[in-house]
Amino acid sequence: MENWKRSAQTFWAAFAPPTFWLVTFFIIPLSLIWLYSFSSKTGVIDITLDWNLNQYARALEPLYLGIFWKSIVMATATTAICLVVAFPVAIAIVFSKPNMRMWLLLLVILPFWTNLLIRTYALIAVLRTNGFINNGLEWIVVNADWALSLIGLGDNTIVGPFTPLQLLYNNTAVVFGLVYVSLPFMVLPLYAALDRLDRSYLEASLDLGAGHTRTFFSIVVPLALPGIASGIVITFIPAMGSYLTPDLLGGTDSKMIANVIASQFKQANNWPFGAALSFLLMYATFFALAVRAVLMRKEGRGDVR
Amino acid sequence: MSDEPIIQIKNVSKIFGGTVKAVDEVNLEVKRGEFFALLGPSGCGKTTLLRMLAGFEVPTHGQVIVDGQDMSKVQPNKRPINMVFQSYAVFPHMSVEQNVAYGLKMDRRPAKEIRERVAEALELVKLGGYGKRMPDEMSGGQRQRVALARALVKRPSVLLLDEPLSALDAKLREAMQLELVRLQKTVGITFVIVTHDQSEALSMANRIAVMNAGTVQQVAPPTTLYEQPANRFVADFIGKINMIEGDAVAAGDGQVKVTAPVIGEVTLAGTATGKVALAVRPEKIFVSETKPTDPAVIAVKGKVGEVAYFGSYSNVFFDIGLPAPLQADISNVSSDIEEIIFTAGEEYWVYWRKSDTLVLG
Repeated sequence: MENWKRSAQTFWAAFAPPTFWLVTFFIIPLSLIWLYSFSSKTGVIDITLDWNLNQYARALEPLYLGIFWKSIVMATATTAICLVVAFPVAIAIVFSKPNMRMWLLLLVILPFWTNLLIRTYALIAVLRTNGFINNGLEWIVVNADWALSLIGLGDNTIVGPFTPLQLLYNNTAVVFGLVYVSLPFMVLPLYAALDRLDRSYLEASLDLGAGHTRTFFSIVVPLALPGIASGIVITFIPAMGSYLTPDLLGGTDSKMIANVIASQFKQANNWPFGAALSFLLMYATFFALAVRAVLMRKEGRGDVR
Repeated sequence: MSDEPIIQIKNVSKIFGGTVKAVDEVNLEVKRGEFFALLGPSGCGKTTLLRMLAGFEVPTHGQVIVDGQDMSKVQPNKRPINMVFQSYAVFPHMSVEQNVAYGLKMDRRPAKEIRERVAEALELVKLGGYGKRMPDEMSGGQRQRVALARALVKRPSVLLLDEPLSALDAKLREAMQLELVRLQKTVGITFVIVTHDQSEALSMANRIAVMNAGTVQQVAPPTTLYEQPANRFVADFIGKINMIEGDAVAAGDGQVKVTAPVIGEVTLAGTATGKVALAVRPEKIFVSETKPTDPAVIAVKGKVGEVAYFGSYSNVFFDIGLPAPLQADISNVSSDIEEIIFTAGEEYWVYWRKSDTLVLG
């Protein structure tokens, strides 16, 4: 441990490349954007740094606050659904046979092996007007109608005619897509937390007369809290800043804050305003992390990761 | 009422993964108010048996009856049994009070009663005034007391203890042994303890079941277990013992005639025939410079080998012309050093009473 600290050469050899990388490709660009957010747009491609707060003032107009709020609501809904879905999944993996566990975890992370864009288009193929779901439903309705026609109740008297469900291009589709994308991020930290949980706590709870539901809420949830918090944070933050999913699955009113930021940088060609919105999003994220840290400290005994 | 056993284990087997017989056709009865120990080496099935009593394992076949009630369909949370876990399993996110109150809250007792009983239980395990502490502010011994209070507060018919002393240091362990016996007498609840430590079982339990490879070898009070072990495993597992291989034939009247090398032919009380072991405890062996004349003893010539001096006694290994040396614990009754010292190479007559010799099948 001490060696690399004493040998300056070794230290710099290990330390310099990543530092260079971070400074060049992260800190400097980020600082530039930060400076843009205090600048004014003075021409088509001219930006003057004059330390004004106009961009931030504009970003706090109701229109954009509304979009911020909408992003928070969508991300919260996504996180909540992920939590509810992922908990049973994580429990099932933890309690499965050791040799099954690896395969189940593999299934959870399998989607990561495919590009997000491809996965999202695949979701469109499932949800669109003549996608798998609508086609499947239509087949059921048509056949049900045919079956009913055998007893003289056909010709859409009871069921049908089939009208395709509008499953795409609305807020539900966006949340659905976000849940689909985020689920592994929730399952993995929950799995890690539950896996470390000493089984004898659960047995002690049962032994003392608690049922399975009571044991879950009185013992499992409090002891898995660090994992739950991690899961919530690493689900919420990417969901809040998601761009691709609302862009492809959302309708005209499903724009989230990242879409607005992108359009400011692209179509509107207003980098200063885009920069201000970006930084507001980042501050909101920091705020969420700070809240978590405070909550965890109050809890006292969660190993904050 | 009190004659009826509180626990009846009838033909219970537990087979893991279709092949591993952890518990094999066990029959046991535990009496009401008894301090009962399940003793055996690790992997002998004692913990599995305990977990079947608690309800965490379901017997592959057989029946567990507690207080006259068949437990096969009863979930762990509905059994009149509580358990002290080896790891204590004191909930780390609850205070001592909350831990102890947990079981009573599950029973939906009124708040006032819970408060009183929690205080009483903490007093019982000498943790009065520790109620507000968190488990991570307590020592291992204190956490164990919390686990005890938490289980006892529910006033179960049976308290199960899984290796309760294994995580404590030697000094604390001894104190806790006495403490557990005192506690058991005070509350009058049947205790069933699992342990691999024979001295723990001997000093605490009223009766002990010695287990090996999933089967019960012997169930007896500590003295019977030590003085009259049922077989070689029990004799060897509990305390030290010398064994001399021989052949036995029935001689009628509860006696067998045993032929063994060095010893020759000797008639002893016993029932085992065929290949047997003549077994004698080291402390029942005496030495003499002259050949003993008493016909009620077995005497052989022995040459002193290794000697370990323990103050009150010396553990002396005698070479008696057999592959295994005969070990004797010689009480150092004299303060004359000349008289009690053993030097390697010296020859003595080594003898013991025939009535102290066990014939083990």
